[in-house]
Amino acid sequence: MFKPPSKLYRKLNSQTSCDIMQVHYSRTYGIHQRSFTSAAINIQRSPSFSKLNSDDIGYFKSMLGDKNVVQDEDRLSAANVDWMRKYKGSSQLLLLPRNTEEVSKILHHCNSRHLAIVPQGGNTGLVGGSVPVYDEVIISLASMDQIISLDKVNGILICEAGCILENLNSFLANEGFIMPLDLGAKGSCQIGGNVSTNAGGLHFIRYGSLHGNILGLEVVLADGTVLDMLGTLRKDNTGYDLKHLFIGSEGSLGIVTKVSILTPPKLLSTNLALLACKDFLSCQKLLLEAKRELGEAISAFEFMDSDAMDMVLAHMDGARNPFPSSSYNFYVLIETTGSDESYDKAKLEAFLLRSMEGGLISDGAIAQDINQASSFWQIREKLMFRKAMCWQGMSEATVKAGAVYKYDLSLPVEKLYDIVEEMRPRLGEKAKVVGYGHLGDGNLHLNIITKQYDNNILAQIEPFVYEWTSTHRGSISAEHGLGLMKADKIHYSKSPETVQLMASIKKLLDPSGILNPYKVLPQSMLQ
Amino acid sequence: MKILVAVKRVIDYAVKVRVKPNKSGVETSNVKMSMNPFCEIALEEALRIRESGAAKEVVAVTVGPAQCADTLRTALAMGADRAVHVDAGAAPVLPLSVAKILRALVQVEQPGLLILGKQAIDDDCNQTGQMVAGLLKWPQGTFASKVVLDKEKQVATVEREVDGGLETLCLDLPAVITTDLRLNQPRYATLPNIMKAKSKVIKKVTPEELNVEIKSDLEVVQVTEPPKRKAGVIISSVDELIDKLKNEVVSCNILNCK
Repeated sequence: MFKPPSKLYRKLNSQTSCDIMQVHYSRTYGIHQRSFTSAAINIQRSPSFSKLNSDDIGYFKSMLGDKNVVQDEDRLSAANVDWMRKYKGSSQLLLLPRNTEEVSKILHHCNSRHLAIVPQGGNTGLVGGSVPVYDEVIISLASMDQIISLDKVNGILICEAGCILENLNSFLANEGFIMPLDLGAKGSCQIGGNVSTNAGGLHFIRYGSLHGNILGLEVVLADGTVLDMLGTLRKDNTGYDLKHLFIGSEGSLGIVTKVSILTPPKLLSTNLALLACKDFLSCQKLLLEAKRELGEAISAFEFMDSDAMDMVLAHMDGARNPFPSSSYNFYVLIETTGSDESYDKAKLEAFLLRSMEGGLISDGAIAQDINQASSFWQIREKLMFRKAMCWQGMSEATVKAGAVYKYDLSLPVEKLYDIVEEMRPRLGEKAKVVGYGHLGDGNLHLNIITKQYDNNILAQIEPFVYEWTSTHRGSISAEHGLGLMKADKIHYSKSPETVQLMASIKKLLDPSGILNPYKVLPQSMLQ
Repeated sequence: MKILVAVKRVIDYAVKVRVKPNKSGVETSNVKMSMNPFCEIALEEALRIRESGAAKEVVAVTVGPAQCADTLRTALAMGADRAVHVDAGAAPVLPLSVAKILRALVQVEQPGLLILGKQAIDDDCNQTGQMVAGLLKWPQGTFASKVVLDKEKQVATVEREVDGGLETLCLDLPAVITTDLRLNQPRYATLPNIMKAKSKVIKKVTPEELNVEIKSDLEVVQVTEPPKRKAGVIISSVDELIDKLKNEVVSCNILNCK
């Protein structure tokens, strides 16, 4: 049964209080023993930040009310740890503002007092960007969860940043619309966080990036200035389009408080097929053919290799292999969404049968009802979750103690799987290398699973992975962002001049550097 | 031996069902329809029996309007050999009429086994299988959670899920079996089977051709939603709790007060 990790942890050294913990659970006894990765984050707490004092607490309490100023240890410890349980900060204060004005006052105060802050949404980020590194004050947007308005003709939704993605979807479904993004974390992630990380997700291939779907934002800057850019217009070429700066800035340029987003109409018919391919070349060709023949109907195109499939089937309760008789090298999930059920189904069937006759597909299954569709999706969505479970050693059933090194890369489609194949001989028996991801977007999630964290293994992986990606002009972070994990890696994907300009913009918008410090950009650029 | 499987097209199990504003029924337009989950299990069982060599042919049959052909195509894609579509028009057909139609079809097809789902998830009647068995004077094994066929002795051993536990019956074939949830896990429709299904036959028949008159003895008067769940109340003290228990809880049975 699940046992929460004990609060005892050894500090790596007296100066860093950002601990990377690894909790292993033994298969039979549920005993946990902790081991630390020696890949410690070597950042010192910036001396320019003040420490909280009782006057600050008093001010916050008078402004927000006692209930919204949290110093309770249990709630703080949950907010101090990221979803992967990889990073832990030591914040002493969690604030829950209820409206933009309160956010503005908090930031104004923190800016004048040089108190560092971390904006926090659903805390489902994967690069340690949503939790404190040291004692930064956590500003949680969770209380700002109001839906403000929906333009029912155009599908323009205005809501506060703390709205949970799944709740927005349920609300929109009643009105005949859907959110243009869909992630595995939808039950917990908030739209403000999605915007701040420019989240991608499963439907990126159909609805595109948030840069295209966000019509407006309301953002609070470091000094408390409220920037009202909450437009609702598709076309507005008046001046520099500043909202794009904040989309994907991971909370380092301002706190998003309201969002205006264009929501596509909810189409009635969804068809889902799980396919088996013999090699990666077939997957690529299948993608090309699908784009040509299914065209605008495609709403998702995902792939996973056989190791990923085996892992899911081994660890997921109730998971069934749709092709029990044989094992294939690659699996592809194709979803089409349209307005005419029988026409769309016939189109997908015809395409798949042709592909099978052409040798692109070795086998496939089409979901016949919503339940079958969700079991196909579970196989793909649970991949990351299951790996996290392996990684943190938690599982309801059996447990495989393991550590996972995760990489989220954007690469040209032809080269996407090459990195997986190059990694395998480098690591040999010591690790299992698994690849899966949004093939339709050229986004690979590379996962390397080992028995435990080991610097020798890490040395084989990094910087090779980043250099390889850089050589092929890929991105070292396709959709997860830089956060804390890759704060010093940006040069692999961006030129020095570009990073220099980013640092200038950061200094302009946040001169005291209080917004989500130590993350996104390398410390050296910001001194 | 031939196996006849009756399947029904219903609102998909995962859809959030809504009542029509005029309360005459449930919203079915623009809503995803699929094969009844128990019918899928029935079909899966028939296919497994055929694969074990105890039967030669699996025939799927459905009663309903034109769109029901989709459900038959799913049945063929799962592996049924052929299908029969009894087009009875748009009005919903009640279990007794379905049972009469199935009896007529059984007399034409002469199967050794008629397998149905135990009930449909739209009306939850749980009547058709029992009624057909009565009309045909065939033995019935309902709520089957396990079926074992003895080809030599022409006997089906059926384990049934009943309130008290499990009951095992031996039925002489031909017989009627209705399937329960734990009987099996239906297979996915795979591409090779979908391909084969394209050349399989769906025969269209009308109730008149089967000499069955469809008349409805029942009329749906009204369909309403169940009462909305009231929000709980947070009580501030033990005294308040006692007061509420004394005055607002009508029966103490639930709380086991002695």
